Amino acid sequence: MPLQQSTSSFYASVFMQKNATGVALFVFGLVMFCAGSVGVFVDSPILFSLLSIGVATVGGLLVATSAFGGLAGVKNDGTMFASSKNRGAVGWLMGIVLTLFYVLLYWFPDTLQYMVQAADPVSYTLRGMPADRWFFYGLLYTIAILVMGLRFIGRNRHNRYQIIRTLSVMAFQTVFAFAIPAVLEALQKPYFDFKNVWPLDYDFFYSWHLNKLTSESTPFFAGLTLGEFMLYWGIAMIVIGIPVLTYFFGKRWYCSWVCGCGGLAETVGDPYRHLSDKSMTSWKIERWMIYSVLVLVTVMTVLVILEYVNPAEYSFAFSRSLRTFYGFAIGAAFSGVIGVGFYPIMGSRVWCRFGCPMAAILGLFQRKASRFRITVNGDQCMSCGNCSTYCEMGIDVRAYAQKGEDFTRASCVGCGICSSVCPRGVLKLENDSVATAPHNKTDR
Amino acid sequence: MKNVVIIGNGVAGITCARELRKRDSSASITVISRESQYHYSRPALMYLYMGHMQWSDVMPYPADFWAKNRIELVHDTVVSCDTEIQTVTLASGATKTYTHLVLATGSSVNKFGWPGQDAKNVQGLYTLQDIESMETSTAECDRAVIVGGGLIGIEMCEMLLSRGIEVTFLVREAEYWNNVLPKEEAQLVSRHIGKHGVDLRLQTELAEIRTDTNNVAVGVRTKDGEKISCSFVGLTAGVHPNTDLAEQSNIDCGRGVLVNQYLQTNIPNVYAVGDCAEILLPGQTRGVVEQLWYTGKNQGIVAAQNICDANQLYERGIWYNSAKFMELDYHTYGQVPATSTDSTSLFWQCRNTEKCLRIAFDDQRRVTGFNSLGIRLRHKVCEQWIADGASLRLVVQQLSSALFDPEFSTDVVPDIVLSYNARATDPIPVPKRKNSFWSKLIPVK
Ligand SMILES: Cc1cc2nc3c(=O)[nH]c(=O)nc-3n(C[C@H](O)[C@H](O)[C@H](O)COP(=O)(O)OP(=O)(O)OC[C@H]3O[C@@H](n4cnc5c(N)ncnc54)[C@H](O)[C@@H]3O)c2cc1C
Ligand code: SF4
Repeated sequence: MPLQQSTSSFYASVFMQKNATGVALFVFGLVMFCAGSVGVFVDSPILFSLLSIGVATVGGLLVATSAFGGLAGVKNDGTMFASSKNRGAVGWLMGIVLTLFYVLLYWFPDTLQYMVQAADPVSYTLRGMPADRWFFYGLLYTIAILVMGLRFIGRNRHNRYQIIRTLSVMAFQTVFAFAIPAVLEALQKPYFDFKNVWPLDYDFFYSWHLNKLTSESTPFFAGLTLGEFMLYWGIAMIVIGIPVLTYFFGKRWYCSWVCGCGGLAETVGDPYRHLSDKSMTSWKIERWMIYSVLVLVTVMTVLVILEYVNPAEYSFAFSRSLRTFYGFAIGAAFSGVIGVGFYPIMGSRVWCRFGCPMAAILGLFQRKASRFRITVNGDQCMSCGNCSTYCEMGIDVRAYAQKGEDFTRASCVGCGICSSVCPRGVLKLENDSVATAPHNKTDR
Repeated sequence: MKNVVIIGNGVAGITCARELRKRDSSASITVISRESQYHYSRPALMYLYMGHMQWSDVMPYPADFWAKNRIELVHDTVVSCDTEIQTVTLASGATKTYTHLVLATGSSVNKFGWPGQDAKNVQGLYTLQDIESMETSTAECDRAVIVGGGLIGIEMCEMLLSRGIEVTFLVREAEYWNNVLPKEEAQLVSRHIGKHGVDLRLQTELAEIRTDTNNVAVGVRTKDGEKISCSFVGLTAGVHPNTDLAEQSNIDCGRGVLVNQYLQTNIPNVYAVGDCAEILLPGQTRGVVEQLWYTGKNQGIVAAQNICDANQLYERGIWYNSAKFMELDYHTYGQVPATSTDSTSLFWQCRNTEKCLRIAFDDQRRVTGFNSLGIRLRHKVCEQWIADGASLRLVVQQLSSALFDPEFSTDVVPDIVLSYNARATDPIPVPKRKNSFWSKLIPVK
């Protein structure tokens, strides 16, 4: 026994060292980014790329793989004591740096003109052209999901639902959000992310986008051009995909298995999931905000479509300013700057919970027409609060569990962490109406 | 108008208060408790120390809940109660009269007169204050000894491990919790404890706690004479009901505060619920003390009903409980005696992962209970089978309807059917393993 003890603490110390080295390398990579952004590496893009993206990724991988240390099981020890995870000085610093990055990316792209070159080697290889800021951002985004996805799998490897779900978001990001659009661009086809559905993809029906999709003439598939195919695909996702898939699986089929924003939240955002506010007040604010954004995007889109279909008859003076406002306030400020920049302060799903119109629609279907629910196992709950604490959507899961009531909440993205952290095996995500458990959906 | 005073804001007292409010919107309800202003989840204490949660996370109701429901909370100690003039006196000197009194005073940690048991850095785990003192006494600790192999002992092991403290765990039985768990389950848990790096000492009892000249613990000596040095000793050899207040107030007590099946004490308008109550059936002299979360909850409800003249008998119903042994989920339903054998139960254990299931049955092969480790079972289904006296064969055949593991978990049913068939004269067709991605995604019923 003592031998086992010393080996287990030996491994613990190895993993700690690995973790610390990883963090150091990651910080080194960040410093290289900063150095590059003032033009230090202008003449040596490959070196720049290796020192910044390369070293930071290696550092990230060391941190991620150290999550495989120790025995499989819930790994929340010390979460509330960590400055980085519980709004300590490190957390605030990370929040500020992330927010600053988004502000520069959206509104002061010139300041990043050298930094963006870190993605040049990859961009030339894939697309044969230099990186622009969105390619650069997409590359970092994808690497972040892959690296932190690995970490998430390590931490949750006792639970196959978590492993499969995370592999899914990693694959969707890499293939659909990153690789396919890059290839399309290399072939000089319209940029298209097949998994990005209106209304999350709010400019899908903008005239410039529709024009682009309908401008081609070479048939691609069943007499359709590639652009037309994309157009019909996008519409099919809205009218068939959303209701049908949500009926069978709940909104999780999108939010925690496919979506890019969700993918980032589930992986990069995982260390901050417990920072979501659980109060009734924030639930009220959530419903007001998310449905307001849904109304806004719907009105905006209806106007855009009317103008597109019949420009002679329809022209709305405020349509343009509405689009500008939406793009600035919702598309950039909310989903990017606040949505991700504030991860270490407000938790990982601020955008998904308070702003995303796609989540709003999926949530309505989930509440009203879906087989998805969270089943509560009889009277086993002892009100400990782990489920509510680790709910990234700020759902007070315990409030239902301690009453022994199965429930379906519009906002639930089906990440399954409540079930995973519950120390009494009280919660289970389910798609089917098992006759053995009373299925009573409640509003609380 | 009713004027109910409840002593103790644990789950029993608070559930009683909530149920009263549901049934009587005009009653005055006061909950007096010494430990904390607000009700919190006692089983969650360990997660505070381990940093999984913060104080605000372990309170099941938001702070404005109490005012909304007009439940007055008093954070104070009741020092005496006079059942003649129906008044309680608080440590602050204030008094409070009542028409109905509910004792929900919970329990305290057992100490069996071990030398050194009151030394510094020696403690049990029951209250919020215990967590606070554990925080200070383990701040510099790198070796600890835990005494007593029950549910709280293993929790304390897990807590200390989370801080990188090496733990020696003294257990009197031949395997961990062997007095409750049958041998195979107990062995599985014991192995799991070892895997986590705990130095588990079976069949070992504490003789004394050794202290230095400042009365600070420096180690223990076992009954075998072995000395183990450590700077923290956790005492987790069970708890006993808090009866002092009742005893001083001419309320009858045995091991706990004695109550009838209506949860009434010998004084008709005084009730006792939860850990502190000892329930006597008519004609018996030794009652049952139930020290569980859910029994406390149910007793609180019944007492509230009886205060509202519902004349409700307290009945425990079919036994259930759940726990987590470090990373091992444990569910139990009905009766599975520690002495279960192959002739009174079907036992299945997974070959390569830490999973097992025991289904106990009576002499007519009617199922009486379930034990599962590493597998979650559905409460309602198991309870129904036990209530119906379902046959073992039926239960094994329909086992998949009782599984509660997260989606995509390994399907254990075919293996369990195989182990049933190995010893049965009426074999069951082995179902195909539902392990493919698609069969998990779209369950066909
Ligand atoms: C660490 C730990 C883990 C546990 N885990 C589980 C579990 O997983 N599952 C399970 O079923 N059970 C578990 N239990 C047992 C369960 O918590 C108890 O059975 C339950 O809390 C008892 O509730 P209660 O309301 O009867 O008493 P308590 O929760 O003990 O509450 C009694 C309250 O009365 C107050 N009080 C006492 N005397 C006075 C006085 N004179 N004046 C004022 N106030 C007074 C105390 O301050 C205390 O707050 C656990 C217990 C512990 C200690
Ligand atoms: S984690 Fe489980 S036991 Fe704890 S409050 Fe949630 S459902 Fe109840």
